Amino acid sequence: MSEARREKAEKLHHLLETEGDTVAENTRLFNRGRYEATADLADYEALKDEARAIKEDAIERLPELIEELRDSVEANGGNLYVADDAADANRYVREVVTDRGDSVVKSKSMTTEELELNEALEEAGVDVTETDLGEWVLQVADEAPSHLIGPALHKSSEGIADLFNEQFDLEEPLETPRELTKFARDQLLVDIEEADVGITGANFVTADSGTVALVTSEGNARKSALVPDTHVAITGIEKVIPAVEDLEPFLELIGKSATGQDVPSYYSLLTPPLTSPPVDFERPNEAVTDDPEGREFHLVLVDNGRSAMREDPDLKETLYCIRCGACANSCGNFQSVGGHAFGGETYTGGIATGWETGVEGLESAAEFNDLCTGCTRCVPACPVKIDIPWINTAVRDRVNHMDGEGEFDFLVEGLTPDDEPAGLDRAKRLFGNFETLAKWGSATAPLSNWIAGSAPARWAMERWIGVSSERDLPEFQRETLVDWFETRGSRVDAADAEREAVLYPDVYTNHVAVERGKAAVRALEALGVRVVVPRSAAVGSGRAPLSQGMVETARGQAERFRDALSSELDRGRDVVVVEPSDLAAIRREYEKLLPADDYERLSESSFEVMEYVFGMLENGADGNELRAGDQEPVDYHAHCQQRTLGLAAHTVAVLERLGYEVTTSDTECCGMAGSFGYKSEYYELSMDVGEPLREQFGDDGRRVLASGTSCVDQLEALLSRPATHPVELIAPDTSPR
Amino acid sequence: MTTNALSAFRASAERHHATVHEVTPADVGPTLDALVEPPAVGVAPGFDLPSSVETDPSPADLDAARTGVTVASLGIADYGTLVLEQDAAASEAASLFPERHVALLRTEDVVPSIGDALGTLGPRLRDGGSAILATGPSATADMGELVLGAHGPEAVDVVLVGEEYGDEAGSDSNVADAADPTTVDAGGTDAEADR
Repeated sequence: MSEARREKAEKLHHLLETEGDTVAENTRLFNRGRYEATADLADYEALKDEARAIKEDAIERLPELIEELRDSVEANGGNLYVADDAADANRYVREVVTDRGDSVVKSKSMTTEELELNEALEEAGVDVTETDLGEWVLQVADEAPSHLIGPALHKSSEGIADLFNEQFDLEEPLETPRELTKFARDQLLVDIEEADVGITGANFVTADSGTVALVTSEGNARKSALVPDTHVAITGIEKVIPAVEDLEPFLELIGKSATGQDVPSYYSLLTPPLTSPPVDFERPNEAVTDDPEGREFHLVLVDNGRSAMREDPDLKETLYCIRCGACANSCGNFQSVGGHAFGGETYTGGIATGWETGVEGLESAAEFNDLCTGCTRCVPACPVKIDIPWINTAVRDRVNHMDGEGEFDFLVEGLTPDDEPAGLDRAKRLFGNFETLAKWGSATAPLSNWIAGSAPARWAMERWIGVSSERDLPEFQRETLVDWFETRGSRVDAADAEREAVLYPDVYTNHVAVERGKAAVRALEALGVRVVVPRSAAVGSGRAPLSQGMVETARGQAERFRDALSSELDRGRDVVVVEPSDLAAIRREYEKLLPADDYERLSESSFEVMEYVFGMLENGADGNELRAGDQEPVDYHAHCQQRTLGLAAHTVAVLERLGYEVTTSDTECCGMAGSFGYKSEYYELSMDVGEPLREQFGDDGRRVLASGTSCVDQLEALLSRPATHPVELIAPDTSPR
Repeated sequence: MTTNALSAFRASAERHHATVHEVTPADVGPTLDALVEPPAVGVAPGFDLPSSVETDPSPADLDAARTGVTVASLGIADYGTLVLEQDAAASEAASLFPERHVALLRTEDVVPSIGDALGTLGPRLRDGGSAILATGPSATADMGELVLGAHGPEAVDVVLVGEEYGDEAGSDSNVADAADPTTVDAGGTDAEADR
């Protein structure tokens, strides 16, 4: 392993050992909560569409909305300041604060973390106290947040108790979460009562009224805004939405998406300066309502790169983010290592790639960009439907071009197309160009397998390319699926066929997992489908280069795929795809890679194999020739991208219809995620992500099914028993020739 | 408001750890007498408050108060949410500082959804108003598990006031029921002190 890889592996190992268990417990709790809370919403998809539409419109009209907001705030008697960058924002706030005094209480705000406002104020001699209990724990511990909404989510109650008992002079040690909460509340109340200025963030700002909407459950934002007579609200310019009524879908969605709470305790819709009188503890015995001073309010909108993001087609969607953290909670890697691995300067997990790229710059995003495996489980979780995996792919592409060292490397140079930078990481080249390797592998098998599996080769692969020596390598088959089919031919006459379909010989099915391809042909033929497996269709879909951020290579492959399959579509054939990640490329990423007409035609004509079987059975095909289950219990892990496409249910339905008793996994991603788990520095993390699968399916002795090639490999590694694609289970067991 | 919306409000509020007392206007006084544990602060235009409630509190009163009584301008049936609009009196502080918040809510002010509430609030916020949509007591999970009672109240009692409760058998309109404010969480020492 190279030095950089070793360091990365060691950092991940350390986090897995120290924070991993607590992060996993909390994020998975939030994630399960999200599923439960959103299942109760009759119109979940419609609410997400509505929220998205409001954000699209608001970002489109942002300059105009900011001017409307300025008028509203000023008409209310407040001040609006738009800060160009962090230094500008910090200067403005410092002037406001030092003019009023020297103590500040704050409610949680990631934007002020981005600005490093606390440091800027402390340098000016101001005492700053975080009042969100999680943020306060971090302030006491002098640590950075590890999660958008649960900043101290990596800390256990025991850890917090130890911290407090060490940091404070206590008569009796604190122990329970209840004792810790009461202690923190009492400590913080003193700071709130003495503060000169209250600083809050803003989850939303409505242009029509100048209302700042804050989402909390603790009540600290209420107190921070109410008690001191001066309130400074700081937020990004992207938080402005047109009107009060537009808050509706966001208030319906944000709590459910974030923690699985159906609503948080408090939505504060504050239109400052507040009509509520300040609570002036310097005059403790005078009626609050007699306050003679009145209130002062400043709204600081921070640009800090956001206007440029608005002009950047790949990053623009980031501005729709409402910072709920659902993308982090649904992310297998985040669940294992948390935001201290999965983050840059400020933001962590999922959408953080967009924020860090836009706000801090590409280098900050590059640090953790590899941790997104493109599993897409964040896509259905996002309340504003941001295509976060695409942002990660686009940023990875930029990162690939960032550090072109231009070194010549004969070992893999032949695998690098001209349009990819010569400095591209060797592992990325290898996995991004797997098609080339697979062709060579099959052509020279079994020699290729023997060479690749030999000790010197494994050492060299680990040393030079970064392929973990703990993984079994894919075994190339000398006879490819296309070879087999050319000899065998179709077994259903065109005249008798219910439908005609191309079985897409994806790189893996064609060269490595050939048996599942044969099974797919037999299963479809059993349903009366005339199947063809043309050599011309044996081209990459673009999935492999996409996973490595090689966007132009992927575009080239998508065009080649389109050209290869168009003539088949012209002949009225459907496209049946075995590997879910390839279908996901066709149905999702092709929208970005191909002209709209081509994308629509291909995505509408392509089907996952079990989805296709389901459709045939639903439309009256006779399933008697398929292998029935006879109540056999089976364990099934659906591929992550297949679940995002909404296609896991089809496999389960087919299996149940054939009489199998199916137990499905509730793990978002197996952890292998294509090439990710093969990389040396990520092997341990990859296995940890898959750990819940071992816990669920470990010793039950049932047959194990998985839809993705890499899921099959991962489940076999985790469970030490064989796993197969579902189509291999149901296909009739006739001789292949 | 329809009986359905009222029962939905009650179920939602209780799911979010609030306690709902359904009373006739005539029973508001005795219900408050039973719920209010002094020292108490409060602002409740249109209602008579127990004499123990300081209606023009000082910061020291707010700090010391165990109970705060205010009026919710709307209730949201979907979530059992109270809409607490701010005013020049100290109602925001009275609903926030004490351990127990007792909220009066008229049955005619219960609306089905957040969208309905925003429809009413829109013009008021555009006119400079502010409102808190409060659901249940304050809470935190930052110390390792869910704890009720963070910076805000630990217990919320909603006194739902309507003539319709006079006709119903088995409603929560009598004083004896109201005097039994159910403890909302395991710790509950403050609630127990009520007895």
